[in-house]
Amino acid sequence: MATATAPPIPQIVAHSTRREEKGWTSWFTTTDHKKIGILYMVTTFVFFILGGVEALLIRLQLGLADNTLVTPQVYNQLFTMHGTTMIFLFVVPMMAGLANYFVPLMIGARDMAFPRLNALSYWLFLAGGIVLYLSLFFSPPEGGWIATVPLSSTNYLPSGGVDAWIYLIHLTGLSSLIGAINLYVTIVHMRAPGMTWSRLPLFVWSILTYAILLIVAIPVIAAAVTMLLTDRHFGTHFYDPNNGGSPLLWQHLFWFFGHPEVYVMVLPGFGIVSEVLPVFARKPIFGYKAIAAATVLIAFLGLLTWVHHMFATPTPVVVLIFAMISSFLIAVPTGVKIFNWIGTLWQGSIEFTTPLLFCVGFIATFVVGGITGVFLAIFPVDWQLNDTYFVVAHLHYVLVGGSVFTIFAGIYYWFPKITGRMLSERLGKWSFWLMFIGMQVTFLIQHSLGLDGMPRRVYEYDNVGHLQLYNQISTFGSWILAAGVLVTVINVVRSLKIGAVAGPDPWKANTLEWFTTSPPPANNFDVIPRVRSLEPMKDIRREIERRTGGGVADPAGARQVVS
Amino acid sequence: MRRSTTNDAGWKLGRKLTLTCGLTMLVGMVAAPAAMAGILLPESGGSPNADQIASLYKITLYVALVIFIGVEGALVYALYKFRARKGAVAAQIHGNTRLEIGWTLGAALILVVLGAVTFTKLDSIRNPPNSGPGGLTLTAGVDYQTTDALKPPNGKSLNIQVNGQQYVWRFTYPGGKLADGLDDVYSYEKMVVPINTTVTLDIVSQDVVHSWWIPQLGGKFDAVPGYPNHTWFKISKPGVYKGQCAFLCGRLHARMIAEVDAVTPAQYTAWLAQQKQAISTANAAAEVARATLAKQTGAASVANP
Repeated sequence: MATATAPPIPQIVAHSTRREEKGWTSWFTTTDHKKIGILYMVTTFVFFILGGVEALLIRLQLGLADNTLVTPQVYNQLFTMHGTTMIFLFVVPMMAGLANYFVPLMIGARDMAFPRLNALSYWLFLAGGIVLYLSLFFSPPEGGWIATVPLSSTNYLPSGGVDAWIYLIHLTGLSSLIGAINLYVTIVHMRAPGMTWSRLPLFVWSILTYAILLIVAIPVIAAAVTMLLTDRHFGTHFYDPNNGGSPLLWQHLFWFFGHPEVYVMVLPGFGIVSEVLPVFARKPIFGYKAIAAATVLIAFLGLLTWVHHMFATPTPVVVLIFAMISSFLIAVPTGVKIFNWIGTLWQGSIEFTTPLLFCVGFIATFVVGGITGVFLAIFPVDWQLNDTYFVVAHLHYVLVGGSVFTIFAGIYYWFPKITGRMLSERLGKWSFWLMFIGMQVTFLIQHSLGLDGMPRRVYEYDNVGHLQLYNQISTFGSWILAAGVLVTVINVVRSLKIGAVAGPDPWKANTLEWFTTSPPPANNFDVIPRVRSLEPMKDIRREIERRTGGGVADPAGARQVVS
Repeated sequence: MRRSTTNDAGWKLGRKLTLTCGLTMLVGMVAAPAAMAGILLPESGGSPNADQIASLYKITLYVALVIFIGVEGALVYALYKFRARKGAVAAQIHGNTRLEIGWTLGAALILVVLGAVTFTKLDSIRNPPNSGPGGLTLTAGVDYQTTDALKPPNGKSLNIQVNGQQYVWRFTYPGGKLADGLDDVYSYEKMVVPINTTVTLDIVSQDVVHSWWIPQLGGKFDAVPGYPNHTWFKISKPGVYKGQCAFLCGRLHARMIAEVDAVTPAQYTAWLAQQKQAISTANAAAEVARATLAKQTGAASVANP
């Protein structure tokens, strides 16, 4: 048809896309990052509920001094399952789910780099969860989530529960490792044109760091649990003190993984907050470069501080001092982030939506966890506090604040994108206040429990001093917290059917996931826009306004305009 | 979180209340540290190392309170002051390099100070002092061992071995005549020590990891099989100091309790003799029982392990 004289016409190259999978079987066969993301999020939320029920049972048992609600064995199983579930089956894979869904959208990619590996990651994770929870039918693990040897050797815990725990670590570890490599490659190679490193959304920075930490830490724990497995069943003596093995070796390997794991759990949360705050303060993020640099620095320093979990072990004082100073160093970039978030709110025009409330609740809570972390980093002080309820309080301020609240912020912020419908703000605010108040009531008093001499992981205590009163306050709070979670569950189920239709960009947000429809089509974007700043959607909205003379700022229409 | 501006008086009152509460708390902590133990402060009062830890904790707490009030105050202020209002426009600023460098250095400086304070206290927490007057007179080769473990400047301390076992603590006292220490006096759960005497502990475990902890006598020290751990205490007031195992050691971890009874040196010596007598009586009775049992069931089944 073309004649030799026709001028070249600019054209859009149509990408061939997979046909959208439909029907319930598509959930098993899918390699779409969004469907896999949803699978992750729904599955992890189910595990979150299971872990929460375990926590409530723990709190019920401790509600009375010398309580006999559960046996010592069941109690040990409860806290082991609670910790393991929340860490390996909720927070880490939930972050993987959010990353799966939103990293490709935020960087303007059509899928992850390796879609089939991505599906494999999810199914490995699910297998890990099933392996652990099937142990409920014989004998769940009871060595704590730290599974310290020699207690977790066959001499002391011969049941298969510890083995189920080992396979959980292997399966979810492999899942995380494959997922991390996938995310890393996706972020490095598949960014939209113009998205330089200094225009990378902070959530994506945090996921990049999350991926690197997992790639460094997972092989260590995999080796450690493999040695535990061979010690248990094949007659090796890696950890057996009576045959030249070392129980301290386990602690070093475990915490070399275990401490970076904390940052694996909170850094993506920091990323969510760094996305949500600017949107609802209607103001650019304060100190983008400082936040991105702090994320990377926290991750690096996080690899050096594992001995602060072992301050009470027989370890040379010079090593303790090293761990103290490196832990102090982490407080600096962490503090910088908190100041930057407050700086983002400063002089903004703050809209108190549910995602913003959860982010602010996170900052208010995490500050306490950060400060008590400094107490615990000072090793002589740690000698008093370590292994008491003070540490339980500290870690829940860090993880409920840093992970749970930020995940809920993410859920409220991104639910409209995932489903096309808004969550109820009214229920959202109820949920936030119940969770926030419940969290403080449950865990603030636990600092005093620890100072009053109550060790962690005890199934009973004598009613001396105020122990029973403090425990009852904490138990009371745990039910408020649970009620708050329940309100969000109701909100999600209800809004799926009757929530207001969201449209592509209900929040007037900054990043590219809001450029496409809600929910996005299988290929994410028909046209991938060129990115010219950290906040491409602001540019696009401005451009539309310029071209339409200040008319409707509807990015769905923007797709035609820009192309 | 309020959107209305009519509530300024309430806001000011709230701020005053917060300030008053904060000040009251501070004054209370300075005035009555004993009453605050177990609520805001770790327990102390048994031994100098516990006291030093509590004082280090207290310094950290003061710094922490200032930071806490500052940061949370700034957060609440920002939320209130910059809430969305009609006509309010958010300032489009991207950062402030000088301010950011400033708060980075500020945070670092606070930690340098805390680190320095820790180093000044470290020696008095970690290293045992000499026994005081009125303590037990320690005789070389009898009451103390010259190991390379922790020891006071004059090298003399009452050295007790603490052995963690599922789910009981065993204490072995020096003074036996046999080289292998098999005739040393021992006790379970309750350790008896003389006051004004530096007591050093060799903490070991014979099965799983345990952790030695008597809150009023200083921090925790893990008993890890194969890795002896060391700490010390020096009690000036006679009394009973209670604690329990602090590291998960199995199902009955919560029942693994410990108690240190501090008595005068004379009472200690008397108790030691009495305990020695009780042990040998019990051993003799066990010998008789074993002989009887051997007659009934055959010697092999009742061999002494």
